[in-house]
Amino acid sequence: MCLAVPGRIERIDMRFNGMVRMAKVIFGGISKEASLEMVPHAKEGDYVLVHVGVAISVVNEEEAQKTFTYLKETGEFDELLPENYDAPPSVLAGSALYSKN
Amino acid sequence: MKYLSEYRDPELVGQYLNELHKTVTQTWTIMEICGGQTHSLVKHGLLAMMPSGINMVHGPGCPVCVTPLNLIDKAVYLAEEKRVILCSFGDMIRVPGSKKSLLEAKAGGADVRILYSPLEAVEIAVSNPDREVVFFAVGFETTAPANALSVLHAERLGLNNYSILASHVLVPPAMAAIMDDEEARIQGFLAAGHVCTIMGIHEYEPLVEQYKVPIVVTGFEPVDMLHGILMTARQLERGEAKLENQYTRVVQPDGNPDARAVIEKVFCVSDREWRGIGTIPTSGYEVRSEYAAFDANVKFDVHITKAPESSDCIAGQVLKGLKKPHQCSQFGKSCTPISPLGAPMVSSEGACAAYYHFSQAASEELQEA
Ligand code: SF4
Repeated sequence: MCLAVPGRIERIDMRFNGMVRMAKVIFGGISKEASLEMVPHAKEGDYVLVHVGVAISVVNEEEAQKTFTYLKETGEFDELLPENYDAPPSVLAGSALYSKN
Repeated sequence: MKYLSEYRDPELVGQYLNELHKTVTQTWTIMEICGGQTHSLVKHGLLAMMPSGINMVHGPGCPVCVTPLNLIDKAVYLAEEKRVILCSFGDMIRVPGSKKSLLEAKAGGADVRILYSPLEAVEIAVSNPDREVVFFAVGFETTAPANALSVLHAERLGLNNYSILASHVLVPPAMAAIMDDEEARIQGFLAAGHVCTIMGIHEYEPLVEQYKVPIVVTGFEPVDMLHGILMTARQLERGEAKLENQYTRVVQPDGNPDARAVIEKVFCVSDREWRGIGTIPTSGYEVRSEYAAFDANVKFDVHITKAPESSDCIAGQVLKGLKKPHQCSQFGKSCTPISPLGAPMVSSEGACAAYYHFSQAASEELQEA
């Protein structure tokens, strides 16, 4: 219900006699229309989060990195895992579930 | 796909799980608010992979599940008796009312349409000037801007055949109601990332203060979820209770002011009945009187008597995190996604449906192995 998906703005058009900013947004291979009224500064090439036909946020590239670096920065994860490290069995079970999706 | 597949990378998932296993030394009960997050936890098998000390309980965050029974009956009445074109999101159409769902009304000849966006309903109103079009506007704060925008579009276009049947619920008052329940045992919350995309994070500060629980605003992908759970677990292990934001790539601290301005223009805060929970003060939106012409509740003066819920369904306890779906005696027996007794079995984001699909997949996997 609150699903919102990131996609890239390919083209911006004005609609309804120039009153409404709409965009063609590409999600993987699919393109869909989205209203840009809630993200007035979004421009072509930006990634926006689209929920039920309305873009609600522009994805911040710099902030996006934080999820990838959090473990390293907080220093509690030793990055240099030995090859063939002993992953907890739950992790391995997890990847099996992944391949099913 | 950019900003999607990276957050499903099994290796990164493994690293986060590993860190979580190292962090957790005792049992912590954490509630994820949003049904989208429940669905993600279950679908990606994260519940089974996390340390046993992380006890995830599932919150009321499925707007479809908490929409009151009599509102569904009202939508069915509008479609069948008033012959309006009744539009909504797919999940909403399948929820059973006291007699039938909108889907059953459609099968009986009513004009019920499943849409992706409320803006499409406005287009339907434009192309059907001699029909009334009603959008059954359910949702949390995330969906409120789009529903409000549909009203503003209809106004700009000068339409007089478009209205919304609003069933809007708000997250922070529900969290307070959950914590005020004397049986509550939640020690930390994952706040719903897309709700905060609109509203920002500051309205959670009083909850952290009052209930002394960590609240971490969290995204929806597997890595986001584990990151949010790890941040919560680290706080709990250190004895802290802070508001943190995991989903910074999307959620600004102030949310989206343009979206909030649209909400405020069309909606005002009101008390709301939550299906299975009861009335929670100031926990919803209703259409402002200035926009009464677009409010289906005003436009069609329909009074539907309140129907009782199925007495076997413990959805209220499930929605408050007091019980898990499989602890319900009807789960998977008389209640399945094909013939649901309660709303949490309908929407794929309802906790009961998520558990049902997961248990099916898990038993298939066991059979294959
Ligand atoms: S399993 Fe069905 S009957 Fe039981 S709580 Fe969930 S929706 Fe209600």
